[in-house]
Amino acid sequence: MDGRSATIVALEGVRKSFGAVRALAGVDLEVRAGECLGLVGHNGAGKSTLMQVLAGTLAADEGRLVVAGDDITASAGVAAARSHGVVCVFQELSLCPNLTVAENARVMHRAFRGFGWRKRAGAAMVAMLDDIFPGHGIDPADVVADLSIARRQMVEIARAFLVTDQPLRLVILDEPTSSLDQIVAEQLMGFVRRFVARGGSVILISHLLGEILSTCDRVVVMKDGRVVETRPARDFTRESLVAAMGSVVAHEEGRSVAATARQAGETVVEARPPRQADGRSLSARRGEIVGLAGLAGHGQTDLLVRINAAAQGREPHARVAGAVAFVAGDRQSDGVFPLWSIAENITIRSLGRLRRFGLIDPAAEARMAEEWRQRIAIRTPDMGNGILSLSGGNQQKALFARALASEADIVLMDDPMRGVDVGTKQEVYGMVRAEAARGRTFLWYTTEFDELLHCDRVYVFRAGVIVAELAADEITEERVLQSSFAEEAA
Amino acid sequence: MQQGAFSRLADWSSRRPWLWSFVGAGVIFLATIAFTSGKGGADVLAAALTFASFYVIVGIGQMFVITTGPGNVDLSIPANIALAGAVAMKVMDGSNVMILPGLAAVAGVGLAIGCFNFALIRILSIPPIIATLSASFLVQSTAIAYGRGLRIKPPPLFAELATGRLLGVPILAIMALVVAAVMAVVLRRTVYGRSVLAIGQNARAAGLAGIRVERVRFATYVLSAVFASLCGALLAGFSGGASLNMGEEFLLASIAVVVIGGTSVAGGFSNVPGIWGASLFLYLLVTMLNTFGVGAGVRLILTGLIIIAVIALSGGRRAGRG
Repeated sequence: MDGRSATIVALEGVRKSFGAVRALAGVDLEVRAGECLGLVGHNGAGKSTLMQVLAGTLAADEGRLVVAGDDITASAGVAAARSHGVVCVFQELSLCPNLTVAENARVMHRAFRGFGWRKRAGAAMVAMLDDIFPGHGIDPADVVADLSIARRQMVEIARAFLVTDQPLRLVILDEPTSSLDQIVAEQLMGFVRRFVARGGSVILISHLLGEILSTCDRVVVMKDGRVVETRPARDFTRESLVAAMGSVVAHEEGRSVAATARQAGETVVEARPPRQADGRSLSARRGEIVGLAGLAGHGQTDLLVRINAAAQGREPHARVAGAVAFVAGDRQSDGVFPLWSIAENITIRSLGRLRRFGLIDPAAEARMAEEWRQRIAIRTPDMGNGILSLSGGNQQKALFARALASEADIVLMDDPMRGVDVGTKQEVYGMVRAEAARGRTFLWYTTEFDELLHCDRVYVFRAGVIVAELAADEITEERVLQSSFAEEAA
Repeated sequence: MQQGAFSRLADWSSRRPWLWSFVGAGVIFLATIAFTSGKGGADVLAAALTFASFYVIVGIGQMFVITTGPGNVDLSIPANIALAGAVAMKVMDGSNVMILPGLAAVAGVGLAIGCFNFALIRILSIPPIIATLSASFLVQSTAIAYGRGLRIKPPPLFAELATGRLLGVPILAIMALVVAAVMAVVLRRTVYGRSVLAIGQNARAAGLAGIRVERVRFATYVLSAVFASLCGALLAGFSGGASLNMGEEFLLASIAVVVIGGTSVAGGFSNVPGIWGASLFLYLLVTMLNTFGVGAGVRLILTGLIIIAVIALSGGRRAGRG
């Protein structure tokens, strides 16, 4: 090691788009030897995409990637990243659940070969686990599927720090402590400090800002696919970090469109996350637009699915009064019927009402499809065309039409605007407000802050439970972020 | 110009996946007739209609099951046919007045087997292929215990129903045609049919769109079992009595007619007319190979090869849709 200033990784002008969505809009990033770099930002800021480019699992559209002095832009890939000593622990665990701890080590480290490899791999894993997480209680012969989620995370982390035949320069930890408890998380942070003191480098992504500030040397703040701030960690406070992550610009125009309080209607939805220990619950009145906020994957979708199931009468955690329709955000897995026409995809939720003499009336079906083609402006010459002939945004419109055309009094929206263009969004916002004024209730999970401004009330979720309820005049990006990132005083 | 016509034709036929099974049946029929120089054409056709009717009745039930998505299949059909045939003959006991009670008992057998299959699948979470296979062992054992030494002839009226003709057309074929027409309407024009198609494409999305997925699957397994039971009763009436192995050939045949008929094995895409085309095709294929004097081994090999070819070809068509 030739001192602390040596640059291990340099990214220059990295751009990456997924269709119309720009995930990275020209990012420069530098990681030095012997430092822990914190990476923070709201969901969709581009952190994970950037790390995937760095670890070689995604190819950038543009930009240069230099690792340990070698330009590996052309040969970028997992193998190139690994041979240059870059290892990533992703949020989605990558262990094979049917294999043992030792066998999982072998999957990543090919050096464990020949007679007795299981024993050697197991011994190496136990040594590493002992180093990072003293008292871990994991046996190398344990099958991963039998381990708790926290122990799986520990195995994943230990495997990444294991050094065999390839050098180890940089370890990327993407939300490593999300499933670890306080004590184990502190063990990990202690190990990270020891690792960087020995000259290694770590990129730490975490939504726990205390962890970032106490562990990292420098902090990089990302927003909308760009790096907006880079400063030594000691120059940040929690407040200044939150402020840097979200724009503090007041959304005056958004505020004016937020619906007026509709406190008078009767309660039509009552739901409580299964893990909610305190008395909090989510409720929605007739005609209300209720937002579900917080970081992605913190239990919002799960609660919406439960409310949807409650309408079919088999759900202990939710009660609904009235019919429910669901607008999927994950079109492919939750929404679209790929073999069907646009019309069939829209009418499936309303078939009961389209019957004559007990049989579905094709003419009524065509009328409904045509009506919604015009009302929601689905861009197609023929509603009989396959749903997959539409662009993603127009497929999303068809899914909205499915819900809005139904008789449902309650519409559940599962972050449905992902990947939808601005024009469509505005059209749909207008329809949501108009339908709410007619007495429909909307539960709207969204990861885009601006959409929360259309809500009468917002519930903020963290780790599967509701942590805050904000009234219309309390909905500010800072309040939402503060609640999303809140951690127990420790 | 020529290419335009060709692509229009390809487009037209891709919207009619059942077409090819009828074309195949027609070609094979003509080949058979050509071999015998036109002799016995009418007899071959009448026999084909009769035997195809049995295939059609079980094939429609199997088609609904397969349509509910990958992994769904009913392998209990042969045992079901054996038990239902035995029950039908025993309850009817050769008497015309007992035909209706006999048919009711047969429907009860189907209902019970369907419920049992679904209970294994749903309550014990056993994959359908294993669940229905293990159920079939139990059902077959029941049939053996129940039907041992059974030598009861069908009631005359029931035998007439199964073997008779109306204006030269087998009554059985007329019944199977009516059943097929009704089930085609059920598939396309009822909420149940649409639900089956939706679940087969994406069960999670179907649940989120308000479809009661498990209820629909339950109804589908019961439907398949009841159809198989009715087929068993008719088969016993047709052959002059029940036998324990009369369902054997229906294991492969019920799946083959579904696949050859243009239904997607991946689920969510199916049609009833194709079941008729494929049933005629399958029977005529065997007849043709018999006429040509081909042995049983070669006959089975050719049947297998044709099914593989159809799945391979239809798989390619599905990929082209995307």
